[in-house]
Amino acid sequence: MRIGPVELERRPTPSWNWVLTVSALAILLALALAAVIFWSYGVSPLRAYAVIIRGTLLNARALPEIVRNMIPLLLAGVGLVLAFRALFWNIGAEGQILLGATAATWVALFSPVPDGWKLPVMFLAGFIGGAAWGLIPALLRLRFAVNEVISTLMMNYIAVYLVSWLIHGPWKGPEMRGFAFTDAFPEAAQIPVIPGTRIHWLTLLLGIALAIAVAFLLKRTRAGFEIRVQGENADAARYAGIDPARTLLLVMIVAGGAAGLAGVGEVAGIHRRLLDPNQISLGFGYAAIIVAWLARGSPLAVVLTSLFLGIVFASGDVMRVALQMPARVTDVFNGLILFCLIGSERLLYWRVRWAGHP
Amino acid sequence: MTSARDAAGGSTPPLLLLEDITKRFPGVVANDHVTLEVRAGEVHALLGENGAGKTTLVKILYGIHQPDGGRIVLRGRPVRVRSPHDALGLGIGMVPQHFLLIRRHTVAENVSLGLAGTPAFFPTRQVERRLIELGAQYGLAVDPRAPVWSLSISEQQRVEILKALLRGAAILVLDEPTSVLTPQEAQSLFAVLRRMTAEGHAVIFITHKLDEVLAAADRITVLRKGRVVGTLLAAGADRRMLARMMVGRDVEFRLSRIAARGDGEALQVEDVSALSHRGLAALRGVSFTVRRGEIVGVAGVAGNGQSELVEVVTGLRRATGGRVRVLGRDVTNGNARAVLEAGVAHIPEERMRTGIVGTMSVAENLVLRRYRYAPFSRGLLLDPKAITGFAQRMITEYAIATPDARLPAHALSGGNVQRLILARELSGDPALIVAAHPTSGLDISATEQIHSLLLRRREGGAGVLLVSEDLDEVLALSDRIAVMFEGQLMALVPAAEADRERLGLLMTGQRP
Repeated sequence: MRIGPVELERRPTPSWNWVLTVSALAILLALALAAVIFWSYGVSPLRAYAVIIRGTLLNARALPEIVRNMIPLLLAGVGLVLAFRALFWNIGAEGQILLGATAATWVALFSPVPDGWKLPVMFLAGFIGGAAWGLIPALLRLRFAVNEVISTLMMNYIAVYLVSWLIHGPWKGPEMRGFAFTDAFPEAAQIPVIPGTRIHWLTLLLGIALAIAVAFLLKRTRAGFEIRVQGENADAARYAGIDPARTLLLVMIVAGGAAGLAGVGEVAGIHRRLLDPNQISLGFGYAAIIVAWLARGSPLAVVLTSLFLGIVFASGDVMRVALQMPARVTDVFNGLILFCLIGSERLLYWRVRWAGHP
Repeated sequence: MTSARDAAGGSTPPLLLLEDITKRFPGVVANDHVTLEVRAGEVHALLGENGAGKTTLVKILYGIHQPDGGRIVLRGRPVRVRSPHDALGLGIGMVPQHFLLIRRHTVAENVSLGLAGTPAFFPTRQVERRLIELGAQYGLAVDPRAPVWSLSISEQQRVEILKALLRGAAILVLDEPTSVLTPQEAQSLFAVLRRMTAEGHAVIFITHKLDEVLAAADRITVLRKGRVVGTLLAAGADRRMLARMMVGRDVEFRLSRIAARGDGEALQVEDVSALSHRGLAALRGVSFTVRRGEIVGVAGVAGNGQSELVEVVTGLRRATGGRVRVLGRDVTNGNARAVLEAGVAHIPEERMRTGIVGTMSVAENLVLRRYRYAPFSRGLLLDPKAITGFAQRMITEYAIATPDARLPAHALSGGNVQRLILARELSGDPALIVAAHPTSGLDISATEQIHSLLLRRREGGAGVLLVSEDLDEVLALSDRIAVMFEGQLMALVPAAEADRERLGLLMTGQRP
């Protein structure tokens, strides 16, 4: 195909270099579009980017905040990579995070679990909570062919209102005098942090371990083979005798559970209580979609892409503090990146060549 | 072999001359200085294997591709064809292999669509009249008011031909027109083509079937690997000669058959009924058996229940009634895995869509249906070493052309994909092989290889259920032939007693 002097040729498998190039171009385009927003907000885009870079990449004290934001993105992102590999469009990581947080809170505040066992049981409960929340849309799809994009998204709202109801109602902390919080978690239910930072390293290690485990699952196990076949070609999966229900349930247990773990990290590592859903997750469940998309199906690449989105989140803080922009500017930023990434997707399958004038 | 000039004979300028056409695609020269001369009043066959460049050449003629070199001369004048619109303006019409009709619209509506001079109101009035006239003139009767979905495939093909004629096509290109027709329907198509050439039209007819070329064409141009091997008169040609020109070597037509060993029943189908994916009755009480060491061929026009039969037997579709037994084991409504484990190999109909996972490696595709068994899996883990070793062996044994077992399977050509599928399916030493259209779209070499593999398995005692729309294939390979029509078995006859005419009648539901 020819458009003016440019010749386009289809290619079945994009090379890694080309994937990187296109992804980088998409992010640059998003930054250029964001510049328009800065400019319309009355901030010079050049100054804005200079402030952001100075405030994040060039600032040693910003690093812990980048990593702090990276942790939930890593956990939820790895889960989403797995779901997307099976072609289950899970938009519900946000709700799964909240359910993980809720389950962990119950263990921390209301269960008779002995202190020494509190943290492990909280992680386990968070995993189960997230997995259960993720299984509902999976079952709806298997049983009634309900589109999971809609159902997972709607499950997020249910989770938000569930948490709101808990903190305003039955779980509202008696010691909190009118604030809609639960009581603070006891010491034994708090994840240790690297001193002077908000990096709850236990959750970080868990995230890295999960990324490795999911990579191994996909590459070296029978279940992973089934997930890949199911996601790449459902007809061939049927022909190969693969049970789509088993595959999907496994995928959503891991994906929902991973997001649940992220929720545990947020309440037990950062806030130490259950609080307003918008404060528990700063949209990590949605940003994790970008993380997974950028990682192009590779669980290990999520370590890098979650770091990148961690920087975006940290820039949001810089913009808020140094440029007096609204906190939600991060969401705008994330939206633009995802928009450009998905918009550039088709470009991956074309080779662009300068052909000169006809 | 005669050159184009000699065969042209007289000195009248040709209606159409494609001169020195060259077209390159990345990594391949699809047309290499191809010259084709077409005269008014002739049926000119373009014969060649898949990938010989036939379709590319007519796409250039029809303005879909632009040539990298060469020119098109129409009635002695050089022309440029930039788009199908240009082509139609120049009187070049095309009947594509896959029809471009809107199923819910009527024949007249389909024909009016995009037709210049169609009035904005009651657009089909005039067209309906013209359709009836043209239909009578060429023997292409179709009810202009019938919706396309209610038409048979051969009627839809007529609509495509009428579409081109109504647009004033003097040159009509037909791309593999007989692949969807019964022998009788093909004969009547050839009669239509003869009427058209008698009126001074020229017909370019793309095919890889030798018998059709001899039956329908006046002159034949053979292409091989993008080049013209020669142009000759059909009158002086024979199968052997054409096959040699097409393939570049001698082709063995007769397959050697020896008595097979093994007895007992590989497959028993008893009174099986099933619905199509649209919920209509697709199989109505089908019963037959396939013995070990026997090939049962299933002939029929596409869409008469063959696909559903294969799916029921392989566990991919529920039977609404009846029983399916493999080696005596009841697998009715078991899933694909149960059937697989009973010892059934399945060479699926749509090899690219169902048979492989294009994005996964050749090695992984070679174990696509066996990954969960030893030695490819140990416990819950895959054994990459065993998989790679097996893949290397299969690539050598089945001559799968791939530089590396780690390459994605979609990098393979159609013939090599089919070799991959056969390697995978036959390596498990199956007792029953269900092969759906195993050679459709493949070149002669791959077809020969697949035929001999199936015969060898038969000799080794496997039962083979062969579904094919290629009657020659069914006749050449089968011990017994079943003919399906509207979900029923019309007949199950020993191959020795079958001939094309009789099968053709059965395929249209008539008992001779």
